[in-house]
Amino acid sequence: MEFPILSTMLIVPLVAGIACLFLPAATARLTALVATLVNLALGIALWLNYDIGGAQWQFTERADLFAVFDYALGIDGIALMLIMLSVFLMPICILASWDGIQKRVGEYMAAFLIMETLMIGVFAAQDMFLFYIFFEAGLIPMYLIIGVWGGDNRIYASYKFFLYTLLGSVVMLIAMMWMVNQAGTSDIPTLMQYDFAPGAQTWLWLAFFASFAVKMPMWPVHTWLPDAHVQAPTAGSVILAGVLLKLGGYGFIRFSLPMFPEASAQFLWLVFALSMVAVIYTSLVALVQHDMKKLIAYSSVAHMAIVTAGLFAFNVQGIEGAMMIMLGHGLVSGALFLCVGVIYDRLHTREIGRYGGLAINMPRYAFFFLLFTMASIGLPGTSNFVGEFLALAGVYEVSTWATLILTTGIILGAAYMLYLYRRVVFGIQKNADAAAMPDLSLREWAMLGPIAAAVLWMGVYPESFLAPMRADIAALEVRLARAAPAGDSGLAIGQPRDHAANYVAGAHAEGSVAAEGAH
Amino acid sequence: MQTSIILIVFLPLFAAIIGGILNKSMPSVVTKAVTTGALFVACALSWPIFLSFVSGDATATVVPVLQWMQSGDLTFDWALRVDTLTAVMLVVVTTVSALVHLYSWGYMEEEPDQPRFFAYLSLFTFAMLMLVTADNLVQMFFGWEGVGLASYLLIGFWFKKPSANAAAMKAFVVNRVGDLGFMLGIFGTFLVFGTVSIPEILAAAPGMSGASIGFLGYRANTMDVLCVLLFIGAMGKSAQLGLHTWLPDAMEGPTPVSALIHAATMVTAGVFMVCRLSPMFEAAPFALGLVTFIGAATCIFAATVGTTQWDIKRVIAYSTCSQLGYMFFAAGVGAYGAAMFHLFTHAFFKALLFLGAGSVIHAMHHEQDMRYYGALHKEIPFTFFAMLAGTLAITGVGVYHLGVGFAGFWSKDAILEVAYARGTELGQFAFWMGTFAALLTSFYSWRLMFLTFWGKPRWADSEHIQHAVHAGHDEPDEHNPPVQEDAGHDVTHHVPSPNYLAGTAGYHPHESPISMLIPLGILSIGAVLAGQLFAPTFLDSAAFWNGAIFYNEPLIHAMHATPYLVKYAAAIVMLLGLLAAWMAYIRDTSLPAKGAQQLGPVYRFFYNKWYFDELYERVFIRPSLWLGRQFWKLGDVGTIDRFGPNGAAWVVERGSVLAKRVQSGYVYSYALVMLLGLVAAITYVLV
Repeated sequence: MEFPILSTMLIVPLVAGIACLFLPAATARLTALVATLVNLALGIALWLNYDIGGAQWQFTERADLFAVFDYALGIDGIALMLIMLSVFLMPICILASWDGIQKRVGEYMAAFLIMETLMIGVFAAQDMFLFYIFFEAGLIPMYLIIGVWGGDNRIYASYKFFLYTLLGSVVMLIAMMWMVNQAGTSDIPTLMQYDFAPGAQTWLWLAFFASFAVKMPMWPVHTWLPDAHVQAPTAGSVILAGVLLKLGGYGFIRFSLPMFPEASAQFLWLVFALSMVAVIYTSLVALVQHDMKKLIAYSSVAHMAIVTAGLFAFNVQGIEGAMMIMLGHGLVSGALFLCVGVIYDRLHTREIGRYGGLAINMPRYAFFFLLFTMASIGLPGTSNFVGEFLALAGVYEVSTWATLILTTGIILGAAYMLYLYRRVVFGIQKNADAAAMPDLSLREWAMLGPIAAAVLWMGVYPESFLAPMRADIAALEVRLARAAPAGDSGLAIGQPRDHAANYVAGAHAEGSVAAEGAH
Repeated sequence: MQTSIILIVFLPLFAAIIGGILNKSMPSVVTKAVTTGALFVACALSWPIFLSFVSGDATATVVPVLQWMQSGDLTFDWALRVDTLTAVMLVVVTTVSALVHLYSWGYMEEEPDQPRFFAYLSLFTFAMLMLVTADNLVQMFFGWEGVGLASYLLIGFWFKKPSANAAAMKAFVVNRVGDLGFMLGIFGTFLVFGTVSIPEILAAAPGMSGASIGFLGYRANTMDVLCVLLFIGAMGKSAQLGLHTWLPDAMEGPTPVSALIHAATMVTAGVFMVCRLSPMFEAAPFALGLVTFIGAATCIFAATVGTTQWDIKRVIAYSTCSQLGYMFFAAGVGAYGAAMFHLFTHAFFKALLFLGAGSVIHAMHHEQDMRYYGALHKEIPFTFFAMLAGTLAITGVGVYHLGVGFAGFWSKDAILEVAYARGTELGQFAFWMGTFAALLTSFYSWRLMFLTFWGKPRWADSEHIQHAVHAGHDEPDEHNPPVQEDAGHDVTHHVPSPNYLAGTAGYHPHESPISMLIPLGILSIGAVLAGQLFAPTFLDSAAFWNGAIFYNEPLIHAMHATPYLVKYAAAIVMLLGLLAAWMAYIRDTSLPAKGAQQLGPVYRFFYNKWYFDELYERVFIRPSLWLGRQFWKLGDVGTIDRFGPNGAAWVVERGSVLAKRVQSGYVYSYALVMLLGLVAAITYVLV
């Protein structure tokens, strides 16, 4: 038997997490950092050993527990990329909490490490109930991180977070049980090929949608996100935006689309409509925020709306684009929350108006913040452009209206992000305490530098990230082909005109000139 | 040639990166030398390529760089493509950029943040070169957004100034409106042609001229839809009517930036795009009509505003906007060669005018208001002659029958003639608008010259000059840091001299340093000769263009056959404009005020830039913010939360008396319940 790398990746943080509970603060920090770095190394090994073009499911492990409930792990390219995102962000989160967290350090590190286990579990699970357990259990450490180490209003935020995400999931569990009963298996790869009756698909799709829409979050079930972000400690926000927000998208791509293709096509209008509302609505709300974290949280909702639209475009560009936005947004919004954290650690306020002129005393910080701001608004050459471009190109093939509305996000996104940047980094130094803040420390360099490199890598050479997912998304497209919508463009190729538009009858032979000009 | 192309494009990038990394850790002269050196090398490599296209030795070359994206059928790579059209842009971009780098040594002398400035300039040049060498639409978009970023950074270079920050943001956001069109255009193009490779699209475009497509529920001619969308992008970048509002505000940036980005290169990207895609546009009659109309309308709009402005840079900015209009309507009527030719000559004379204005501003201690200028021709003679060359070029001085003229004469006359020769109503409209705009161009250009260099000194009332004079003998204090604001001259100049002239306040303007004068000299040569030298190549040589643009041979023949009155129209209106400016600003200086009063509403309409900013403020900005607040307070907080989680909380609180025993409030108990539920459920399934 092969080395069980996925199980190892689950166990390392779990064991380290349990150990942290009993360790003093300094040792706990170090343990957490080492454990997450080990998992990063394992993740890299996983990526390097992943056979592009090989079997769809690789690194599979299976142990029968009881009846239909199996301990089954295995990944495809999509899961691989999301696991990479998780293990990449984790050490950065530990670094981000290095000085900022001073109370109950051991428990805090334990919460993060256990969350890492659960997140990798979500992406690696091949059994539906195993998936469900990881998916729901992931709530608990996040709930604790917000509720224990959060800001002043943390109880309300964690309550809201829990209520929203739990309610959706209950319906999903019922649907899962019905499916297992119907299909006789809880094996996800098998279910992905199982054809449920179209009538049943409708209800199943809605049940899953209830859970994934909240996780995404889609408008109008997004209001837990700004509160959760604002109250969460910096690293909590990073993981929330970086990984937990991707669970919804992963759910759509793993369950809703392949298992209920007809229902997905049937509810396409709903997804598009909610996405279109979300882009305009949350972007405008972001424009008027005074709290940095809230602004970035609302921008996340707008970005995720393009993900949902891209996923339901039913074509390769849309789905690959959606995946690339998820990866890019995971990096960029995580980095933006880190940028907020850097100055929050110094001044202990997220109030935009308290800052100003940081380019003077923190020029290196200003550089990184600019880079991530530009990535967030989808400047070509950065990760988010690749995703947004592909996703919107995919949506265009389905609906020009939806594309038009969704693409206004690039205008509004530029407006709220640059407005934020202008108020925080440019201008004069209004407050003496903000003007006295020192530039990035070495630890902060170590947090922001790798993300910056990844953002540019993904923007300039996205092939590294697209290649592992290509076969899986192509297979998904084949699966979806029977339900794919027609699109509103309806190109009809007519008889070409004889002459170019600016044809002028001249001295030369007419035909030859027109032909010459038409090169 | 391949190595040259790689070096031309990537040297500025490396220079920018080096400059950015070194920043203040080294004396700024290192960054300045590296960036300027890189640009002069790039420039030296560009001219041979251009000349080999002129002589007909070179053919289109593509240098592959790196794979970029592959998603289903949509694949494109990073690649550098150089054909005739690109070669023209290469010399324009690298020459002006190299000269602007050099000029900035003098102009930015006292600036503490010089490495950042030079790194941005080089970064801009890289992005612009990526734009013009693009082999596919997405790489063009990369360059497009890259120059937008550099423009944003450079407009906001003095980031402590609120007005500069506002202008930078406005430039980026307004450009994004155009980018929305550009992106939709790319999506549509991919949908129709199945590729984003420019050569492939252009080859297939004529075959699509009869196709129809659905867009937003309407059915329309496919190529019209695509080209209108792409043209919206061009309108944003090239500041055409409706999306022009950012350009005048962009003058907040340092003057060398205005010369490079907002006159010679970036703003011409839209024209370049239309010319690059000319075979596509030739399959889209409606789109071309729109290009013609918008170009002609912008050309007259900007010229009317330019006649009323007092800020020397704003006059030139509106002039740029207006000249871009000429280029667009030239493209619209099918004379892409003429459009590119005007782009080429304009780059020289407009960069010259801006850098000249910078030299004046430098001499006048940062004063930009022409009301406080006057009589400067003796004080700064070199700048004066350079500006004169630029003015003669932009107003199009030349005599058709002698075959001599300044740069603008050749290109602008060709555009007017070809619009007339096109023989359509829109062509006529463009011709008349263009001719009238030429009259206004002559008026505002000579107005600028007369106000600046002729008449009596009116410097005394300028705060900047007052400041400079007093800084000479006052103790430096917090509000008057003399060294920082005093650009490039020593303080002793400002001590009042015995022959104290009224109006000078004892101030002595001084000629700029040599690093600023060399670029002025070189560009002056360009402004004088560029038209004369290259007119036959750009206008009449199908072999030169060699398929890089749509070359409309019969139209060029028709252009040469226009009546003499058309050929002399520009010269006549030039003289009229000169006469009017002379009357108003030399002979009887009370005329402008009287005229402004007589024409009250019209004058105010022009002076306030047709109220576009006010309109947009009311129609877009304020409603957006209002909606944002409503969505937030009434939508999220007032509705969703109220009836969602808070409502649930209220219900829970009411029911909590009953539920108290079950609801311990601890998470692990919830988790336990969940797990128990799960186990129960699974058991149910199994049994």
